[in-house]
Amino acid sequence: MPPDIEAIAEQVFTALADPTRRAMLAELASRGPATATDLADRLPITRQAIAKHLALLDEVGLVTAEHGERRRVRYRLRSAPMRVAQQFLAALARDWDGPLEALTEHLDRSIGRTGPPPGSSTPRLKPST
Amino acid sequence: MGFPDRIERTVDIAHPPGTVWTALTTAEGLGAWFGDEATIDLRPGGVARMRWSSGFTVLMRVERVEEPTLFGFTWHIYGLPEDDPRRTYVEFTLEPVGAGTRLRVVESGFAQLSEDAYRSAYDGNTKGWAAELGELVDYLDAA
Repeated sequence: MPPDIEAIAEQVFTALADPTRRAMLAELASRGPATATDLADRLPITRQAIAKHLALLDEVGLVTAEHGERRRVRYRLRSAPMRVAQQFLAALARDWDGPLEALTEHLDRSIGRTGPPPGSSTPRLKPST
Repeated sequence: MGFPDRIERTVDIAHPPGTVWTALTTAEGLGAWFGDEATIDLRPGGVARMRWSSGFTVLMRVERVEEPTLFGFTWHIYGLPEDDPRRTYVEFTLEPVGAGTRLRVVESGFAQLSEDAYRSAYDGNTKGWAAELGELVDYLDAA
Protein backbone atom coordinates (compact mmCIF):
# COMPACT_ATOMS: atom_id res chain seq x y z
CA MET A 1 0.00 0.00 0.00
CA PRO A 2 1.52 3.35 -0.97
CA PRO A 3 2.17 5.32 2.21
CA ASP A 4 0.54 8.43 0.80
CA ILE A 5 -2.97 7.04 0.51
CA GLU A 6 -3.64 7.79 4.16
CA ALA A 7 -2.07 11.24 3.85
CA ILE A 8 -4.43 12.01 0.96
CA ALA A 9 -7.48 10.90 2.94
CA GLU A 10 -6.34 12.98 5.89
CA GLN A 11 -5.97 16.09 3.74
CA VAL A 12 -9.46 15.64 2.34
CA PHE A 13 -11.02 15.23 5.79
CA THR A 14 -9.04 18.16 7.20
CA ALA A 15 -10.22 20.33 4.32
CA LEU A 16 -13.82 19.26 4.83
CA ALA A 17 -13.72 19.84 8.58
CA ASP A 18 -13.69 23.60 8.04
CA PRO A 19 -17.09 25.11 7.11
CA THR A 20 -15.57 27.86 4.94
CA ARG A 21 -13.51 25.41 2.90
CA ARG A 22 -16.49 23.07 2.73
CA ALA A 23 -18.58 25.87 1.24
CA MET A 24 -15.85 26.73 -1.26
CA LEU A 25 -15.35 23.11 -2.36
CA ALA A 26 -19.12 22.65 -2.63
CA GLU A 27 -19.32 25.75 -4.82
CA LEU A 28 -16.53 24.49 -7.11
CA ALA A 29 -18.18 21.05 -7.26
CA SER A 30 -21.62 22.33 -8.17
CA ARG A 31 -20.78 25.30 -10.41
CA GLY A 32 -17.39 24.46 -11.82
CA PRO A 33 -14.05 26.31 -11.90
CA ALA A 34 -14.09 29.83 -10.42
CA THR A 35 -11.73 32.65 -9.53
CA ALA A 36 -11.20 33.89 -5.97
CA THR A 37 -13.27 36.94 -6.89
CA ASP A 38 -16.15 34.75 -8.15
CA LEU A 39 -16.15 32.85 -4.87
CA ALA A 40 -16.03 36.04 -2.79
CA ASP A 41 -19.05 37.35 -4.71
CA ARG A 42 -21.07 34.21 -4.17
CA LEU A 43 -20.14 33.28 -0.60
CA PRO A 44 -20.40 35.34 2.59
CA ILE A 45 -16.61 35.22 3.01
CA THR A 46 -14.01 37.95 2.50
CA ARG A 47 -11.79 37.73 -0.56
CA GLN A 48 -8.78 37.67 1.74
CA ALA A 49 -10.04 34.58 3.55
CA ILE A 50 -10.95 32.95 0.25
CA ALA A 51 -7.43 33.52 -1.09
CA LYS A 52 -5.90 32.05 2.04
CA HIS A 53 -8.02 28.90 1.88
CA LEU A 54 -7.47 28.48 -1.88
CA ALA A 55 -3.71 28.62 -1.37
CA LEU A 56 -3.99 25.88 1.26
CA LEU A 57 -6.26 23.71 -0.91
CA ASP A 58 -3.95 24.17 -3.89
CA GLU A 59 -0.94 23.18 -1.80
CA VAL A 60 -2.48 19.85 -0.77
CA GLY A 61 -3.81 19.17 -4.26
CA LEU A 62 -7.55 19.44 -3.65
CA VAL A 63 -7.88 22.25 -6.17
CA THR A 64 -5.72 23.11 -9.13
CA ALA A 65 -4.98 26.63 -10.39
CA GLU A 66 -5.53 27.37 -14.07
CA HIS A 67 -3.95 30.48 -15.48
CA GLY A 68 -6.24 32.17 -17.98
CA GLU A 69 -6.41 35.47 -19.84
CA ARG A 70 -5.65 38.82 -18.20
CA ARG A 71 -3.80 37.08 -15.36
CA ARG A 72 -7.02 35.62 -14.07
CA VAL A 73 -6.52 32.45 -12.06
CA ARG A 74 -9.35 29.98 -11.95
CA TYR A 75 -9.50 27.17 -9.43
CA ARG A 76 -10.83 23.73 -10.23
CA LEU A 77 -11.73 20.92 -7.85
CA ARG A 78 -9.55 17.80 -8.15
CA SER A 79 -11.62 14.66 -7.87
CA ALA A 80 -8.85 12.06 -7.39
CA PRO A 81 -8.22 12.78 -3.68
CA MET A 82 -11.99 12.75 -3.06
CA ARG A 83 -12.16 9.22 -4.47
CA VAL A 84 -9.45 8.12 -2.06
CA ALA A 85 -11.47 9.56 0.81
CA GLN A 86 -14.55 7.72 -0.51
CA GLN A 87 -12.62 4.44 -0.17
CA PHE A 88 -11.94 5.21 3.45
CA LEU A 89 -15.62 5.92 4.04
CA ALA A 90 -16.57 2.71 2.21
CA ALA A 91 -14.57 0.68 4.74
CA LEU A 92 -16.26 2.46 7.64
CA ALA A 93 -19.70 2.06 6.10
CA ARG A 94 -19.32 -1.67 5.40
CA ASP A 95 -21.74 -3.51 7.66
CA TRP A 96 -21.12 -7.24 8.10
CA ASP A 97 -22.75 -7.48 11.53
CA GLY A 98 -26.27 -6.98 10.16
CA PRO A 99 -26.02 -9.61 7.38
CA LEU A 100 -24.31 -12.16 9.66
CA GLU A 101 -27.08 -11.75 12.19
CA ALA A 102 -29.62 -12.20 9.40
CA LEU A 103 -27.78 -15.35 8.28
CA THR A 104 -27.94 -16.86 11.78
CA GLU A 105 -31.64 -16.03 12.06
CA HIS A 106 -32.33 -17.42 8.59
CA LEU A 107 -30.66 -20.74 9.47
CA ASP A 108 -32.47 -21.01 12.81
CA ARG A 109 -35.76 -20.32 11.06
CA SER A 110 -35.29 -22.82 8.24
CA ILE A 111 -34.13 -25.57 10.62
CA GLY A 112 -37.10 -24.74 12.83
CA ARG A 113 -39.40 -25.91 10.04
CA THR A 114 -38.24 -29.52 10.31
CA GLY A 115 -36.94 -29.46 13.88
CA PRO A 116 -38.38 -28.22 17.12
CA PRO A 117 -40.41 -24.99 17.05
CA PRO A 118 -38.53 -21.75 17.62
CA GLY A 119 -38.40 -20.68 21.24
CA SER A 120 -38.35 -24.21 22.59
CA SER A 121 -35.75 -24.98 25.20
CA THR A 122 -33.78 -27.25 22.85
CA PRO A 123 -30.07 -26.46 23.06
CA ARG A 124 -28.81 -24.50 20.06
CA LEU A 125 -26.00 -26.96 19.45
CA LYS A 126 -27.69 -30.15 18.30
CA PRO A 127 -25.76 -33.41 17.94
CA SER A 128 -24.91 -34.16 14.34
CA THR A 129 -26.81 -36.98 12.68
CA MET B 1 -2.06 3.45 10.23
CA GLY B 2 -5.65 4.55 10.23
CA PHE B 3 -6.77 3.49 6.77
CA PRO B 4 -8.55 0.15 7.30
CA ASP B 5 -7.71 -2.29 4.52
CA ARG B 6 -9.56 -5.33 5.86
CA ILE B 7 -12.62 -6.09 7.89
CA GLU B 8 -12.93 -9.39 9.76
CA ARG B 9 -15.80 -11.00 11.61
CA THR B 10 -16.16 -14.44 13.15
CA VAL B 11 -19.46 -15.89 14.22
CA ASP B 12 -20.35 -19.30 15.69
CA ILE B 13 -23.42 -20.79 14.09
CA ALA B 14 -25.37 -23.72 15.52
CA HIS B 15 -25.67 -25.51 12.19
CA PRO B 16 -23.23 -27.78 10.38
CA PRO B 17 -20.97 -26.41 7.60
CA GLY B 18 -23.05 -28.06 4.87
CA THR B 19 -26.13 -26.09 5.91
CA VAL B 20 -24.20 -22.82 6.20
CA TRP B 21 -22.55 -23.50 2.83
CA THR B 22 -25.95 -23.81 1.16
CA ALA B 23 -27.08 -20.50 2.66
CA LEU B 24 -23.92 -18.76 1.38
CA THR B 25 -23.68 -20.21 -2.11
CA THR B 26 -27.17 -20.77 -3.49
CA ALA B 27 -29.64 -18.32 -4.98
CA GLU B 28 -32.28 -19.43 -2.45
CA GLY B 29 -29.89 -18.91 0.48
CA LEU B 30 -28.47 -15.55 -0.60
CA GLY B 31 -31.93 -14.29 -1.48
CA ALA B 32 -33.22 -15.26 1.96
CA TRP B 33 -30.72 -13.61 4.30
CA PHE B 34 -28.57 -11.22 2.25
CA GLY B 35 -30.44 -9.76 -0.69
CA ASP B 36 -34.15 -9.96 -1.38
CA GLU B 37 -33.48 -11.89 -4.57
CA ALA B 38 -30.34 -13.56 -5.92
CA THR B 39 -28.84 -15.51 -8.78
CA ILE B 40 -25.49 -17.28 -8.74
CA ASP B 41 -23.30 -19.23 -11.14
CA LEU B 42 -21.23 -21.10 -8.56
CA ARG B 43 -17.82 -21.56 -10.21
CA PRO B 44 -14.67 -19.44 -10.30
CA GLY B 45 -15.35 -16.63 -12.75
CA GLY B 46 -19.11 -17.09 -12.42
CA VAL B 47 -21.39 -14.13 -11.76
CA ALA B 48 -23.70 -13.68 -8.80
CA ARG B 49 -26.24 -10.91 -8.50
CA MET B 50 -28.21 -9.74 -5.50
CA ARG B 51 -31.16 -7.43 -5.65
CA TRP B 52 -32.95 -5.61 -2.87
CA SER B 53 -36.58 -4.52 -2.95
CA SER B 54 -35.31 -0.92 -2.87
CA GLY B 55 -34.04 -1.55 -6.41
CA PHE B 56 -30.39 -1.63 -5.37
CA THR B 57 -28.43 -4.34 -7.18
CA VAL B 58 -24.94 -5.67 -6.60
CA LEU B 59 -22.88 -7.85 -8.91
CA MET B 60 -20.28 -10.26 -7.56
CA ARG B 61 -17.68 -12.31 -9.38
CA VAL B 62 -17.14 -15.74 -7.82
CA GLU B 63 -13.42 -16.31 -7.25
CA ARG B 64 -12.95 -19.42 -5.08
CA VAL B 65 -15.24 -22.37 -4.47
CA GLU B 66 -14.04 -25.12 -2.13
CA GLU B 67 -17.13 -26.83 -0.78
CA PRO B 68 -17.84 -26.72 2.12
CA THR B 69 -14.93 -24.76 3.59
CA LEU B 70 -14.14 -21.72 1.44
CA PHE B 71 -16.16 -19.33 -0.71
CA GLY B 72 -14.66 -16.13 -2.12
CA PHE B 73 -15.92 -13.38 -4.40
CA THR B 74 -15.03 -9.85 -5.41
CA TRP B 75 -17.37 -6.93 -5.74
CA HIS B 76 -17.38 -3.23 -6.44
CA ILE B 77 -16.45 -0.89 -3.57
CA TYR B 78 -19.75 0.59 -2.44
CA GLY B 79 -19.81 4.37 -2.78
CA LEU B 80 -17.26 4.61 -5.57
CA PRO B 81 -18.36 5.59 -9.09
CA GLU B 82 -19.81 2.77 -11.23
CA ASP B 83 -16.88 2.80 -13.66
CA ASP B 84 -14.24 2.59 -10.94
CA PRO B 85 -12.21 -0.61 -11.39
CA ARG B 86 -11.39 -1.04 -7.70
CA ARG B 87 -12.98 -4.07 -6.01
CA THR B 88 -12.78 -5.67 -2.60
CA TYR B 89 -12.34 -9.41 -2.03
CA VAL B 90 -14.71 -11.18 0.35
CA GLU B 91 -13.79 -14.61 1.68
CA PHE B 92 -15.95 -16.85 3.84
CA THR B 93 -14.24 -19.75 5.62
CA LEU B 94 -16.25 -22.45 7.36
CA GLU B 95 -14.74 -24.56 10.11
CA PRO B 96 -16.68 -27.30 11.92
CA VAL B 97 -16.83 -26.71 15.68
CA GLY B 98 -18.72 -29.45 17.52
CA ALA B 99 -21.99 -29.84 15.63
CA GLY B 100 -21.88 -26.25 14.48
CA THR B 101 -19.76 -23.98 12.30
CA ARG B 102 -17.29 -21.22 12.97
CA LEU B 103 -17.85 -18.81 10.09
CA ARG B 104 -15.24 -16.20 9.35
CA VAL B 105 -15.69 -13.42 6.84
CA VAL B 106 -12.79 -11.26 5.69
CA GLU B 107 -13.26 -8.39 3.26
CA SER B 108 -10.00 -6.87 2.05
CA GLY B 109 -8.74 -4.32 -0.44
CA PHE B 110 -10.28 -1.11 0.90
CA ALA B 111 -6.89 0.63 0.96
CA GLN B 112 -5.81 -0.33 -2.54
CA LEU B 113 -4.87 2.39 -4.94
CA SER B 114 -5.33 1.43 -8.58
CA GLU B 115 -2.75 2.52 -11.17
CA ASP B 116 -5.18 5.06 -12.56
CA ALA B 117 -6.19 6.51 -9.23
CA TYR B 118 -2.54 6.53 -8.16
CA ARG B 119 -1.48 8.48 -11.22
CA SER B 120 -4.30 10.97 -11.14
CA ALA B 121 -3.89 11.51 -7.41
CA TYR B 122 -0.32 12.68 -7.91
CA ASP B 123 0.06 14.06 -11.40
CA GLY B 124 -2.49 16.79 -11.18
CA ASN B 125 -3.51 15.76 -14.69
CA THR B 126 -7.08 15.01 -13.83
CA LYS B 127 -9.42 15.06 -16.71
CA GLY B 128 -12.30 16.99 -15.25
CA TRP B 129 -15.66 17.73 -16.74
CA ALA B 130 -14.28 20.84 -18.41
CA ALA B 131 -11.86 18.70 -20.41
CA GLU B 132 -14.60 16.20 -21.28
CA LEU B 133 -16.88 19.00 -22.40
CA GLY B 134 -14.00 20.43 -24.43
CA GLU B 135 -13.70 17.09 -26.23
CA LEU B 136 -17.43 17.10 -26.90
CA VAL B 137 -17.20 20.56 -28.41
CA ASP B 138 -14.25 19.46 -30.59
CA TYR B 139 -16.20 16.41 -31.71
CA LEU B 140 -19.28 18.46 -32.60
CA ASP B 141 -17.18 21.10 -34.38
CA ALA B 142 -15.50 18.42 -36.47
CA ALA B 143 -18.82 16.85 -37.48
